Amino acid sequence: MATTNSRSCLQYLLHLAHDNLDFRLPEIKALLALRGKKFQPIENFKEKSPFWCLDGLSEEDVRGIMARSVCAKSAFELWGHGQTHSELRTSLLNYPLEHMSPFMEKHSTYRINVYTFNKTLEFTDRIKKIDALDYLPFEGTVSLKSPQHVFCLLEDYGTDPNDIPDHPYYIYFGRWIGDGQRELIRSHSVKNRHFIGNTSMDAGLSFIMANHAKVKENDVVFDPFVGTGSLLVACSQFGAYVCGSDIDYNTIHGKGRSSRKNQKWRGPDENIRANLRQYGTENMYLDVMVSDASKPVWREAALFDAIITDPPYGIRESTRRTGSHKDTAKPADGFYMESHVPVSQAYHLSDIFTDLLNFSAHRLVMGERLVYWLPVYRPDYSEEMVPLHPCLRLISNSEQTLSSHTSRRLITMEKIKEPEAQFSGHGYRWHGGNIVRQYLHKCLIESNG
Amino acid sequence: MKLLTHNMLTSHVKGVTKGYPLLIKATEVKMNEVEFNPQFVSRMIPKLEWSALVQAADELGQRQDLPGELVPDYEKNEDFLKKVHRLLLEVEVIEGCLQCPESGREFPISRGIPNMLLSEDEA
Repeated sequence: MATTNSRSCLQYLLHLAHDNLDFRLPEIKALLALRGKKFQPIENFKEKSPFWCLDGLSEEDVRGIMARSVCAKSAFELWGHGQTHSELRTSLLNYPLEHMSPFMEKHSTYRINVYTFNKTLEFTDRIKKIDALDYLPFEGTVSLKSPQHVFCLLEDYGTDPNDIPDHPYYIYFGRWIGDGQRELIRSHSVKNRHFIGNTSMDAGLSFIMANHAKVKENDVVFDPFVGTGSLLVACSQFGAYVCGSDIDYNTIHGKGRSSRKNQKWRGPDENIRANLRQYGTENMYLDVMVSDASKPVWREAALFDAIITDPPYGIRESTRRTGSHKDTAKPADGFYMESHVPVSQAYHLSDIFTDLLNFSAHRLVMGERLVYWLPVYRPDYSEEMVPLHPCLRLISNSEQTLSSHTSRRLITMEKIKEPEAQFSGHGYRWHGGNIVRQYLHKCLIESNG
Repeated sequence: MKLLTHNMLTSHVKGVTKGYPLLIKATEVKMNEVEFNPQFVSRMIPKLEWSALVQAADELGQRQDLPGELVPDYEKNEDFLKKVHRLLLEVEVIEGCLQCPESGREFPISRGIPNMLLSEDEA
């Protein structure tokens, strides 16, 4: 219920897609942070609901979020809301007329949409609901094809598809501002991409990762386990210059066996650079290299504005590391096909995260982010399993379930402090290493089992 | 491999303390047009080791009239920014190698991609 006359104190309604639930709030918060704004929900905020009402934003802020978000479907200037149509009506009649009238002028055109979450409505019922809004002072004419202003009545019938109420739990009415970027999920689908691998990140999650990382125009982004470059594709779309490395020579050079069903070998145009070219972002391509992430080849300086990566879990692609003096029994390529998983492999796995955090602490610009996936064995999981580093602050931890016993968590960390001299190289050893080693060992067995 | 990347790479051969910058021995270099973005170039300049960029440009015979030191007020100097843009992003080493200045170890570059892997005993 807006009670002030200031334009900047309007409230906005975000309608979010009902998937990747855990990833939505960190995405919206990150996009707000890019604009220096905080996430301020109005009272009774429910994170799992597809409808979020926000305070403290301008229309530009909302347009800015929608220009990047793949979790948000649409955004509206909120004019009224309530638990019943009667409450909605009261709320709408309280909305200052001077905020409504610019959009209701006599010679303007408009249309009203009806959206029902978790319920399908007959066409006639939709019309009835629109007609019931006749107390609103619309003076323009309805145009279904190309209205100047679009409004929406949104009804929330809860989140249980097996228990749909007769009447909505909550109702909103607002002026449509814009849609999110969910179209990118289709346009950048891995299905149509020139160069893919077994572990290419799906487009939606790639863009979500780029958003969690607060990627912005003219950033330099690095992926130390770049594979086929899915994350770089997403970051380049948001204006960042991208580089990556991978220990696998064939993947970096685009050689070897194809991951496509009807194709045996990869063609000449299948490499990371070709993927960027496919989406028109080849200008943002810096370089890729064959390199072992545990043996960094980069200067120790604030080189990167974001480090975004999907490290190997030792599940589908083999986990490799060169010249480790620690392991006595090196697993053969294709080890993941066998049921026995050597503990040395799990040891390497926990080192990947320690190394990644150290690498990030030394080479991220201050205040910038590391975003990566952490494999999880759900029965044993606790927050202690999330690697820590004194120079990085944990921002978010979003779970994607893979099976009943396994999932992966998208971890976002922000650099808050420069490493001290003693942390140079592999100095800092995360104390949780032992717990994680045993635990990741279980992850591997579970995933191969 | 672009010179922006080269500027950020260092030798990681065991025991080496003066591994930067890597020497470039190029057998094939290509010029590749990249859209000029003055904001990006301005942002990158403070991150560069300027002398390493000059040295790399010399090694490739691409120095032209690049000054040995950074000019003041470069943000507004479009001419200067264009020169830097060309060197950082448009010159690409396709074949050749990067050499550790201390140990002499060579890292091959093929199809524009450096291979920085060390063997077990070198790591």
